[in-house]
Amino acid sequence: MADGIRDKVVVLGMGCSVFGERWEDDSSDLLLEAYQECIADAGIEKKDIQAAWIGNHIDEVNIGKGGCYLANTLHLPFIPVTRVENFCASGTEAFRGACYAVASGAYDIVMAAGVEKLKDVGYGGLPDSPIFGQLARLINPNATAPGMFAQLATAYASRFNLPMERIKEAITHISWKSHQNGAKNPRAHLRKEISESQIADSPFVAYPLGLFDCCGVSDGSAMAIITTPEIARKLKPDQELVKVKALQISVSSGEEQIFNRWDGSGFMTTRQAARLAYEEAGITNPREEISMLEVHDCFSITEMVTMEDLQISPPGQAPDDIINGFYDLDGQVPCQTDGGLKCFGHPIGASGLRMIYEVYNQMLKRWPEDRLVNNPRLGLTHNLGGVPSHNVCSICILGTI
Amino acid sequence: MIGICSYAGYIPRLRLNRMTIFSAMGWLNPAIIMNAAGDKAVANNDEDSITMAVSAGLKCLNCFDPADIGTVYFASTTAPFKERQNANILAGALASGEEIRTADFCGSVKSGTAALLAALEFVAAGNENNALACAADCRLGKVSSVQEMVFGDGAAAIMVGKDNVIAAYKGSYSISCDFVDHLRGANSKYDRQWEERWIRDLGYERIIPQAIEGICKKYNLALSDINKVIYPCYYGGARKKINRSLGLDPAQVQDELMMDAGDTGSAHPLLMLAKTLEDASPGDKLLLISYGNGCDALYFEVTEEITKYPNRNRVSDAIKNQAELTNYLQYLTWRDMLPIEVGMRGEEDNLTRWSMVWRNRKAILSFEGTRCQECGTQQYPPQRVCVNPDCGAMDRMEPVVLAGKGGKITSFTSDMLAASTNPPAIYGNVDFNGGGRCMMDFTDCTLDDLQVGKPVNFSFRIKYIDTKRDTTFYFWKAVPSEEVPDNG
Repeated sequence: MADGIRDKVVVLGMGCSVFGERWEDDSSDLLLEAYQECIADAGIEKKDIQAAWIGNHIDEVNIGKGGCYLANTLHLPFIPVTRVENFCASGTEAFRGACYAVASGAYDIVMAAGVEKLKDVGYGGLPDSPIFGQLARLINPNATAPGMFAQLATAYASRFNLPMERIKEAITHISWKSHQNGAKNPRAHLRKEISESQIADSPFVAYPLGLFDCCGVSDGSAMAIITTPEIARKLKPDQELVKVKALQISVSSGEEQIFNRWDGSGFMTTRQAARLAYEEAGITNPREEISMLEVHDCFSITEMVTMEDLQISPPGQAPDDIINGFYDLDGQVPCQTDGGLKCFGHPIGASGLRMIYEVYNQMLKRWPEDRLVNNPRLGLTHNLGGVPSHNVCSICILGTI
Repeated sequence: MIGICSYAGYIPRLRLNRMTIFSAMGWLNPAIIMNAAGDKAVANNDEDSITMAVSAGLKCLNCFDPADIGTVYFASTTAPFKERQNANILAGALASGEEIRTADFCGSVKSGTAALLAALEFVAAGNENNALACAADCRLGKVSSVQEMVFGDGAAAIMVGKDNVIAAYKGSYSISCDFVDHLRGANSKYDRQWEERWIRDLGYERIIPQAIEGICKKYNLALSDINKVIYPCYYGGARKKINRSLGLDPAQVQDELMMDAGDTGSAHPLLMLAKTLEDASPGDKLLLISYGNGCDALYFEVTEEITKYPNRNRVSDAIKNQAELTNYLQYLTWRDMLPIEVGMRGEEDNLTRWSMVWRNRKAILSFEGTRCQECGTQQYPPQRVCVNPDCGAMDRMEPVVLAGKGGKITSFTSDMLAASTNPPAIYGNVDFNGGGRCMMDFTDCTLDDLQVGKPVNFSFRIKYIDTKRDTTFYFWKAVPSEEVPDNG
């Protein structure tokens, strides 16, 4: 009987590039920036890496298909390298592949990398591409990510009979919080504190979302070295073990978009992945037990509904929790302590690993005092790829307990 | 008896007041003030002759089962395709099935009556019990031209058959001559015309009376016995002259809809006929005359059946359903008459994969989904495995056409980022009446018209235009409505 990933693997070391508009850098430069930090942190050499996974979403714009790009950039010596793609969960998918490889006993030390170079697209936002295939392109609206995620707000308002002003108030606080946290983070893309009125008054991108409800579109890379707890204790006897407690992926069955049960106000995938992840990690009361969150705030409204999908806020209560500061850096469950996708930025294939990087470093208390979470024991990272009606959700829980 | 069983007119919702054009372009051609009264009906940026013909055709079906249609004819001088049967796209959208005859009629704005005559004679020959003739036009005049002022966009559809005939077909008379008042070469976008005085004096004022006199003589009719004479002619003075010369009382002459729509080309005689029929009484004798390089004249007599015709399909309702297009440059942009910056997102390539379209033609053209025969769940796009988690049956589906079902909004947005020549792009999730849902574009509305739970109807529209390959692709969009559709 399978018993999941809990405590079978640990994060030995991590690296993360500065995220942003890296006009002077190729994907290879971003990967090398993350690699130098990661390999030094892990205290190993290139020859110790037995296999690697690379997460990347929009191969057309930069690195192409297959695993060669990572292997060629680092000149990895003919080891297995696998490129994985699962929308915005691609980085977490790379991490998941690496974790399972070690847990299976096939390898001792492996690499999980993620990279995305979005600022060669030539225009703002994500590139227009038939992500759901050619037939969907003939049927679905010529939609953008903000337009698809914005509909969470109209559906949520309808479900809980809330005025849109209350939702705007909550999501404005979400963006304000991310700017507060991002401003403290030297690697973040957007590092400016802004006022709630600046956010609320920003021009509409897709009703009811304004410009400041949308995350940064960034270049960046993040990376992890995974090994067994035994090897980690041997290689780094002084470092507390950051163990993988749960890894879950849930993919839309098509029910949301085709069947009439889903009401559009949240994510069926997140609810499923969260339930299984808590079970895998042995968590029974997530609101009390989870110390910190890094969630997929591609848009502020996504973060709002995700707080309920993850069972941190009760149904209909996320706006109140958010406005009351429950998820602020000094709140009960700090969320997006590094600025999140909103301000750290969102190089798609790297984002999942960037979140794990933040939880890992918070647990090892490596950040300056003003942005440290108080003694985090369990941290949850969460990605959503695709659109609310049709998506991939990944959840990773890390812990030192 | 053979004759008209159903009719419908379609006038697009947007109207461009002709003074808006004059205000923008009168400095260049002050003479267009002569034609500056009233509104010009303007197809939305996602409408063309085919989509307008579909809108008219669907309305014309009026409770009639599309599977029973014997033939579908499409008439237009602005058909989107020179080669690719335009009528097949129309027939597909009407879900008429594939074992039918179709044809395109073109070459003159007289093509609308040519299609109607062909439909009548097709039924008369005993080929099928009914036939549908649709006509639509979306003609362009150059900026500041008389044609730009006069032309309007619109469509009409006439169903003919043997049963439930509301207006019996009595006969026809035609004149065909190479009178080149207007022309548009095979590679031209804009109409070109000869001197207006000549068009008026030798064209309208001579050929139309000749056609009316010809049909009266052929069927031994006295004009005084005719209740309505229906003929297009946008020169007000010429209309008066024609009426006077024939001794027609103005009450006997159908209004030409110039103030409400403009000259809708191939569709115009049929649109005027539809307008006439909405108020016609049993026993009324009607003469329908088209005009374009000659004339077709058709003679109808209204029957008792018209009193039983459901809801009379009033063109007046289409005239009332309007919104003003206040910006002339927006019109020029939609007609691709200005070199606008579409943005790089708008330049992304859009290849149409025809082999895939063929496999999925019913889902795309006819908006056909599936219904599970095990659990009854309606679903779109067509599925082989039932999406109902409590069912999951495989290959137990039957087809279901969703176009007429209507639905309600479950979420929506208006998107300024999406590439569009009519921003913001408005779209959202729609639950079909009877089950199933689809993420759809909304059209003919603004954000203020939307709320969760509001009913929508479906309209066949342009999905995209691939300018690189001169291809228009069509799909269905949702239009918010006040009423819940009858057949939900």
